[in-house]
Amino acid sequence: MKNSTVSFLLNNDVVTLDNLDPNLTVLQYLREIQFKTGSKEGCASGDCGACTVVVADLERNNPNRLHYKSINACITFVGNLHAKQLITVEHLKEGAKLHHAQQTIVDNHGSQCGFCTPGFVMSSFALHKHNKAPTRAQVLEALAGNLCRCTGYRSIIEAAITSSEHIEEDASALHYQKTVAELTTLKKLSSPILSGNGHKYVAPKNINELAYELVSEPKSTLVAGGTDLALSVTQNLATINQLVYVGNVEELTTIEETATEIIIGSATSYSQFIETLHHYYPDLGEMIERIGSKQIRNTGTLGGNIGNASPIGDMPPALIALGASITLHLNGVERTILVEDYFVDYKQTVLQASEFIKSVQIPKPSNGQTLKIYKISKRIDDDISAVLAAFFIEINNEPQEALKVANIRMAFGGMAGIPKRAKATENIIIGKVLTKEVVEQAKTALISDFQPMSDVRASDKYRMTVAQNLIEKCYLELKFAQESNVIETRVVNYA
Amino acid sequence: MRSLIDIKKLNVKAANTNSQQSLENEKNTIGLGGVGRSKKHESADKQVAGEAIYVDDRSPLRGELYAAVGQSEHAHANIVAMDLSKVKTAEGVLAVITVEDVPGHTDIGPVFPGDPVLALGKVEYIGQPIFAVAASSYELARKAVKLAKIEYEELEAVLTIKDALAKQNFVRPPFTMKRGDSEKAIEGAEHQLSGSIVVGGQEHMYLEGQVSTAEPTEDGGMNIFTSSQHPSEVQKLVAEVLDIPLNKVLVDMRRMGGGFGGKETQAAPWACIAALLANITKRPVKFKLSRVDDMVMTGKRHPFENNYTVGFDSDGVIKGIKIEVNSNCGYSPDLSDAITDRAMFHSDNAYYLDQATVTGNRCKLNTVSHTAFRGFGGPQGMMTIEMVMDDIARHIGKDPLEIRMLNLYGKEDRNVTHYHQKVEHNNLAELIETLAESSDYQARRQTITEFNKSNAILKKGIALTPVKFGISFTVQHLNQAGALVHIYTDGTIHLNHGGTEMGQGLNTKIAQVVAEVFQVDVDTVAISSARTDKVPNTSPTAASSGTDLNGKAAQAAAKTIKQRLIDFACEKYQVRADQVKFENSHIIVGDQTFSFAEFSQIAYMGRVSLSSTGFYKTPKIHFDRAKGKGRPFFYFATGAAVSEVIIDTLTGEYKTLRTDILQDVGHSINPAIDIGQIEGAFIQGMGWLTTEELIWNEKGRLLSNNPATYKIPAINDAPADFRVALVTDAPNREHTIYNSKAVGEPPFMLGMSVWSALKDAISSISDYKQSPVLDTPATPERVLWAVESMKAASK
Ligand SMILES: Cc1cc2nc3c(=O)[nH]c(=O)nc-3n(C[C@@H](O)[C@@H](O)[C@H](O)COP(=O)(O)OP(=O)(O)OC[C@H]3O[C@@H](n4cnc5c(N)ncnc54)[C@H](O)[C@@H]3O)c2cc1C
Ligand code: FES
Ligand code: FES
Repeated sequence: MKNSTVSFLLNNDVVTLDNLDPNLTVLQYLREIQFKTGSKEGCASGDCGACTVVVADLERNNPNRLHYKSINACITFVGNLHAKQLITVEHLKEGAKLHHAQQTIVDNHGSQCGFCTPGFVMSSFALHKHNKAPTRAQVLEALAGNLCRCTGYRSIIEAAITSSEHIEEDASALHYQKTVAELTTLKKLSSPILSGNGHKYVAPKNINELAYELVSEPKSTLVAGGTDLALSVTQNLATINQLVYVGNVEELTTIEETATEIIIGSATSYSQFIETLHHYYPDLGEMIERIGSKQIRNTGTLGGNIGNASPIGDMPPALIALGASITLHLNGVERTILVEDYFVDYKQTVLQASEFIKSVQIPKPSNGQTLKIYKISKRIDDDISAVLAAFFIEINNEPQEALKVANIRMAFGGMAGIPKRAKATENIIIGKVLTKEVVEQAKTALISDFQPMSDVRASDKYRMTVAQNLIEKCYLELKFAQESNVIETRVVNYA
Repeated sequence: MRSLIDIKKLNVKAANTNSQQSLENEKNTIGLGGVGRSKKHESADKQVAGEAIYVDDRSPLRGELYAAVGQSEHAHANIVAMDLSKVKTAEGVLAVITVEDVPGHTDIGPVFPGDPVLALGKVEYIGQPIFAVAASSYELARKAVKLAKIEYEELEAVLTIKDALAKQNFVRPPFTMKRGDSEKAIEGAEHQLSGSIVVGGQEHMYLEGQVSTAEPTEDGGMNIFTSSQHPSEVQKLVAEVLDIPLNKVLVDMRRMGGGFGGKETQAAPWACIAALLANITKRPVKFKLSRVDDMVMTGKRHPFENNYTVGFDSDGVIKGIKIEVNSNCGYSPDLSDAITDRAMFHSDNAYYLDQATVTGNRCKLNTVSHTAFRGFGGPQGMMTIEMVMDDIARHIGKDPLEIRMLNLYGKEDRNVTHYHQKVEHNNLAELIETLAESSDYQARRQTITEFNKSNAILKKGIALTPVKFGISFTVQHLNQAGALVHIYTDGTIHLNHGGTEMGQGLNTKIAQVVAEVFQVDVDTVAISSARTDKVPNTSPTAASSGTDLNGKAAQAAAKTIKQRLIDFACEKYQVRADQVKFENSHIIVGDQTFSFAEFSQIAYMGRVSLSSTGFYKTPKIHFDRAKGKGRPFFYFATGAAVSEVIIDTLTGEYKTLRTDILQDVGHSINPAIDIGQIEGAFIQGMGWLTTEELIWNEKGRLLSNNPATYKIPAINDAPADFRVALVTDAPNREHTIYNSKAVGEPPFMLGMSVWSALKDAISSISDYKQSPVLDTPATPERVLWAVESMKAASK
């Protein structure tokens, strides 16, 4: 099959990339090649949102509809745009008339230096595409990945919260059908390749193509959202020779449920699977809402979060506590192991050359099981965890035996070189009725489980103390719940 | 509430999380002129559309090159050998320069020498620029500088304030301000307390990083497009490094994507390096710092370590105090002398210290040179006395607000500062009283105490802290400004002034001032870049003085033209001056009415000059530094905030639940812009004291060198309930521009209310008997340690 090159809609125009280094980010492409300088670079690392653009794609389950999402242009490789529509801030105004997402910021005095403003406009634009009358909480969730150093945010919140229900359709809405048709055509093209400067980007469409690609080029680098990988290019000035994009692979982008399991394709983004997981495990849903920002969750994937083997990734401890398994694929051969067994040592995993993560299987909860997750970071939103604690507890149901722990799996991030279980601590707790004394013993046992490090996020002592205290907090929460005591225990949710 | 002075309530105008009605209402009420109206920011429409052009957005100039610098790997070392051969042959590289290639001055210290443009045989911090390259792309330039081989001979580095104090390693000599005999007063007082606090620094994190483009001109000069708060200084330093006269350098500054003090002196080095490379290659050169380089190579708010000893009576009234502030200046003086002075000037904040001795040490450390940042040392100075207020309150078992009220400056007496300036027109007691009532302080205090009794894990705290901030540059000669106003024959107006637009709305306000003079629509007043060839010899846009200084200068220019128009009208139409009126975009001359445009044309035909400069210098100010006496400040800006927080005693996590602010901005030129300044300043101040943590390792390397590790407030950190109000009907009693008051810096320090509220929550663990020590930034980690020590202390 002949491969095509990367093609997408830049606003309303079809563009085809040719002879372009695939290490280029969307932001570099916009600013340096298209001379569209409305999207700003504030960090080139996904942390500030000044580069926010919107990507429209055909909805998976309803390919006649478009799904709009905000992303960080600074850490998205251009190839990832294939068969999508890229909408930039320059595109919103119609003639002299500002778009609702723009006019409301003007009306509310929401721009000062204005450098963050295009990013906020685009985040608000994406939000209103699917939610014309957002609540304050929804606005905060959508804009938490956009930093503003000038305004103090109130004016921007008020702007974004202004309903767009009675606003006429904007340009993108008027071109809706045409956009759908054009994207449909682009999607039908064969798997795209982009090469330039001696570097190559391929985007296989199914698992066989992907497996083949990796076997024939074992030195390829897998890229999903790129929210982790692109930093090596923009921050460490690395150059990647061959990028293999997994986001178009049919079999990697599904979410399925069986009677006992939720099966998540490795290339699905947080935004895609958050709802399902929130349904079964509310604490997990809330934690995912605190992973990165809306932009990061729109592009970052589960496979990438596990694949980067970071000791501070937030999903692995949760998955380990839940006893989730992971399916790996190498040239047509699949194996399934516990997530727990995937991590070997700091940044070392069992993944072999040419192998990739296909999916993650998460057991559904049964009676008496509770998942408690605590993410501790300096800032509540868009911050990497100092400590992440995930406790999966099975409590015996008989009331007289309340708080008797039949089983518990406790996994921590940030406490060791890999996400890891606290087995000594688990052993103290399993089979016992939770009491203050048991909690104290568990806290002591935790010292034998971990020797955490000091770094820029927290000291070793803080990590250990907090991890110990979280056991106590978990106990108190279970106890309050059992006593039907409604006492707030977390500041994160406190309103 | 008891106070030593009489209290009346003040009128207020509010914006809060739930409404903006008050702003809406007044949008259309006041006349066309412009002053007092909430005009939108002059660039707002362009900013939201992505059309506002920042330096990096300018179209590339023909042959434009990109700069990068090689940086020091050691905090203190001699450079023994340097091999740049690989750099020179790297892909895309066109030029490599070291300090040897600098034709003129090699030192670009803004006030005192000490800042080599490129290292001179020795490096004094990690990240110090050693050599520079120009390459064909931004990426290639950055890659090339990594190829240098530099050999160092390491020298002992000073990396803590304690070490610097022990070694008396100072960038400038220590200085003391003194009033009366503090020693004796402390000894004679009923109670004594002492304490110390570590106050962290702060990264500016302007969203637009440092950037400059240098373009060689046909006569050996240089055009500079820069993001700088101080174009005139950029002009001077570029001329000096190139060894050319100032009139050959033109600096153009349209707008900054944020400055906050970080682009006052520290925008210049990058412009100088771009100019040096442009001079050698004879091609335009852009130098844009990547975020990490910006964080590593530019100075921050000075970290401080302060201590105090205080004596007070049984009511909690201060009788005498000794305060020592020790600033970490980094490796060079930069602006540190004036910054440490301002910390000393503000060691009283709003309180009468009676017998006081305030000493300031300017410590030299082997880190980047710390610099101006909103508040300019004032915030770090105020932290000590606010700590004292909380400590006294817990010591004698009173609400900290009561202690704050008791110690406020008086009106008729108790009104002289430790630098012997009389505090005049002081309205803080009324302001605090008004705020305490509108925010329901007392009732909420009760509710919070109840909440804390019934909640084992979460605790709440509340605090009200005031701010009194001195307005004027303490370096007298900087208190001057110029402006240039033209009227064209179609009646449109063009305005230039010496200030720079960094988002604060300065251009909008000054346009409103000019519109007010002529009584025309603000939209007919256009403002372009600040340019050194239009308004020369300007001061930095800093010290909250932008509107005060440049507004007056622009007003003077406009008034000059207006007078010419009046004189011309009198002569031409044979009327008296009082028969000439400027109203509603018209000029009424006797019984004839002309549109402003018509009359401009008539005046032009009548050969009237429709262009004028204007100039202003601040009156009344003087300070004798040798004696530590004088009136460094024209007036004081005041305000107060009440914040309520909730903390988790098991993790140290916290959240600000509600903040109420009341700020006196005098007669506001633009209430919406002023409220925006207050909100932004407050959040920035809160960030400084909470999550924004700078961490250097034991080698002097900055670890928190990107926004992934350095956390400024995000949208959820703004209090869910955020109410900001302005004091109305309170014109500045000094003759400032339309009797407004400066607003840029003062509300920054209101962030202290969050810090004090955190301490209040922690103190609840001891049943409010102990005052926790809470160094800043009060990260969750520090809060947890304070909680633990409070638990231990109350066992
Ligand atoms: C601003 C910001 C905030 C963040 N906040 C958080 C946070 O709060 N919590 C958190 O946990 N993380 C956070 N991250 C990290 C974030 O990048 C990951 O969580 C994300 O899930 C990575 O997914 P991705 O698809 O973008 O990975 P990519 O960058 O595409 O890939 C990451 C790595 O995984 C490999 N990989 C990708 N897919 C596969 C596969 N199918 N099989 C094998 N290997 C694969 C890649 O080769 C690469 O080495 C943040 C990142 C940023 C930039
Ligand atoms: S530039 Fe900061 S997130 Fe992209
Ligand atoms: S307006 Fe300046 S950063 Fe938001």
